[in-house]
Amino acid sequence: MSARIDDGTAAVAEWFDGRSDAALLLVLAVGLYALFTGVSLVLGYDLGGIVNTLRRITFLSAIYAMLVLALNLQWGYTGLFNLGVAGFMAVGVYTMGMLSTAPTTNPPGLGLPLPIGILGGVLAAGLVGAVASLPALRLRGDYLAIVTLAFSEIVRLTYRSPVFETFSVAGLSLGTGGSTGMSLPTNPIRMLFYENPQAVTSPPSAFGEAVFGTFEALGVRAPVVEGMAYAIALLFVVAGVYVLLRRVGNSPFGRVLKAIREDETVAGALGKDTRLFKVKVFALGCGLMGLAAILWRIGGLASTEDFRPITTFYVFVALIIGGAGSNTGSVVGGAVFASLLFEGPNFVRRVVTQYVDIGIGQTPNTIFEAVGPLASLDVTPLLAYTISDVNVSALRLVLLGVVLIYLIQNRPEGLLGHRTETAASVDLSERPGGEDR
Amino acid sequence: MTTTAPDSDGATAEESAATGDADADDPLLRVRNLEKTFGGITAVDGATFDVERGTITGLIGPNGAGKSTTFDLVTGVQTPDSGQVVFDGTDITGWRPHRAANRGLVRTFQIARELDEMTVLENAMLAPRGQVGEKLWRAVLPGARSAVVRQEEQLREQAWETLEFLELDHLAEEYAGALSGGQRKLLELARVLMIEPEMILLDEPLAGVNPTLEEKLLDRLHALREDGYTFLLVEHDMDVIMNHCEPVIVLHQGEVLVEGSPEQVQNDDRVLEAYLGGEV
Repeated sequence: MSARIDDGTAAVAEWFDGRSDAALLLVLAVGLYALFTGVSLVLGYDLGGIVNTLRRITFLSAIYAMLVLALNLQWGYTGLFNLGVAGFMAVGVYTMGMLSTAPTTNPPGLGLPLPIGILGGVLAAGLVGAVASLPALRLRGDYLAIVTLAFSEIVRLTYRSPVFETFSVAGLSLGTGGSTGMSLPTNPIRMLFYENPQAVTSPPSAFGEAVFGTFEALGVRAPVVEGMAYAIALLFVVAGVYVLLRRVGNSPFGRVLKAIREDETVAGALGKDTRLFKVKVFALGCGLMGLAAILWRIGGLASTEDFRPITTFYVFVALIIGGAGSNTGSVVGGAVFASLLFEGPNFVRRVVTQYVDIGIGQTPNTIFEAVGPLASLDVTPLLAYTISDVNVSALRLVLLGVVLIYLIQNRPEGLLGHRTETAASVDLSERPGGEDR
Repeated sequence: MTTTAPDSDGATAEESAATGDADADDPLLRVRNLEKTFGGITAVDGATFDVERGTITGLIGPNGAGKSTTFDLVTGVQTPDSGQVVFDGTDITGWRPHRAANRGLVRTFQIARELDEMTVLENAMLAPRGQVGEKLWRAVLPGARSAVVRQEEQLREQAWETLEFLELDHLAEEYAGALSGGQRKLLELARVLMIEPEMILLDEPLAGVNPTLEEKLLDRLHALREDGYTFLLVEHDMDVIMNHCEPVIVLHQGEVLVEGSPEQVQNDDRVLEAYLGGEV
């Protein structure tokens, strides 16, 4: 049995190794869409429901792909063990919120235009990343991990603190909203569809009316259309980040990063100012994490609950699945993690509740009540317990644990780990003009 | 940052006079009264020596004589407690390694330190100084990247030539981690040659290298010396030192015991005693 699974893994791995990156991503996207369309049909969703399901996994996959790409630059390329991902994300989101929410809301913001808010959030996350890297520069491996983890918790608790719930700087009121959180400016994609994108109840623009009308006829309601448009826009952002980081990696700069990962002393002995490179990598990576977090939360609520260390952990798991050191692997890892491991358990719950008659109020409250009926070969209570609202997120963690153990044992380099990402801006695979060897 | 031992004041004055025209007769590297202690152990205790331009200077001494520490202090991997290192007329005492390397003084390591997950060619292309593509914005911005690509094409050719010179070209696309011990030593040499430095400090470049390869490597060193490179070589193999180095410096307990031609060193009783553990 396990031999057969190993053969299966090897076959999948071989298949992955033999494909071009673009084909691979396309196949992955088609596969995930087909799977979730199928699940939606099983659940009896109409077209609107199907589109909404695809919207959800596209959105989450795009956000995670961005986060994983940013972490891959730091950890996969440079070997910097940054456990503060969630903290840098929070800096991005909260800075954007404080810059761009209206002065009249509670908590108040500065009411600056959204592009300035987003840019400010990204720059702030990058700057904080650079500053955080300064004391961390002398630290390696575990110690850098501890410092960054502590740093991210300090950031989170600072934003949560009542002291900053609302405060004034130079006569301007600002605030983080403390433990209640902060409502963020509306999603920029609304500008396409509404005359007054800031207002919740705004008449649609001419373009919006046309689009909504078309889809309404098919049974897809306006919020779903809007959400899907935003998710598709995010895919373009992911493509942009991917191209950016590919260029960073395939260059002399990326070569030095790889050298730092392999042996920092050697990189220094060869004349590279490794500290400068590490600060730059921290700034760029953390700025991108800030961007991903802004795009994740915009149009909703910023809450410190979203930036607990578990978020960092999720991003690391996604990177491990995809394969540290590979940009394409990062995108694959982000998508696979977000759709199968993060969202998967919820769909399993829905499918099970649809087809297994649990009965209202019959879900056991304790594990003992759930396990007890097994004696009479009745598995329904255990199933009901496992997939109950309360336990489905715990189920997610169990699933993550199993996947991690399996990967570490059978393919520690991740799905795409050992692909060669050339660290040069030119082709190194053959010698141009050189005589045949 | 510079700590100058009291009795080297004269040397400093000479140095500043000579800095204007670092002339070809001046020693390329001057080490004065270098000291370094680790806890209670004095690893280097007032080492003073010169390395002349265009020589393969040997640095020998029994285990624990302070050879590797001296290398670390000269190249900035460690900071000396006191003393002075002057390279080509510039006081480089306490400089961090990358500054020394960019000034033209590079080193290899006693145990070859390859960048395992990078290919041999990437290893070689990492090293050169002044790569425009090491600036992040140049690597990324569309307009600026063409200059990077142009330079990379040149570097790639230079890397191929260097690998050919050291007969590593058939391994160019292999991961460095897959090389044998001797090949790693060659790759390390290839890397420092790509920097085009003035002086190379080699820490036991022949340890673990088979005799055929050793001969080849030594031939390469002589060829490079004729091209104007200067070497300071730590080696335990006395035949190599006696046949290929001139002059030879003997370190013992962190101090320079003897300095002279191989014959002089060989016939010095103090050297024999140092190696056999007798009192000096």
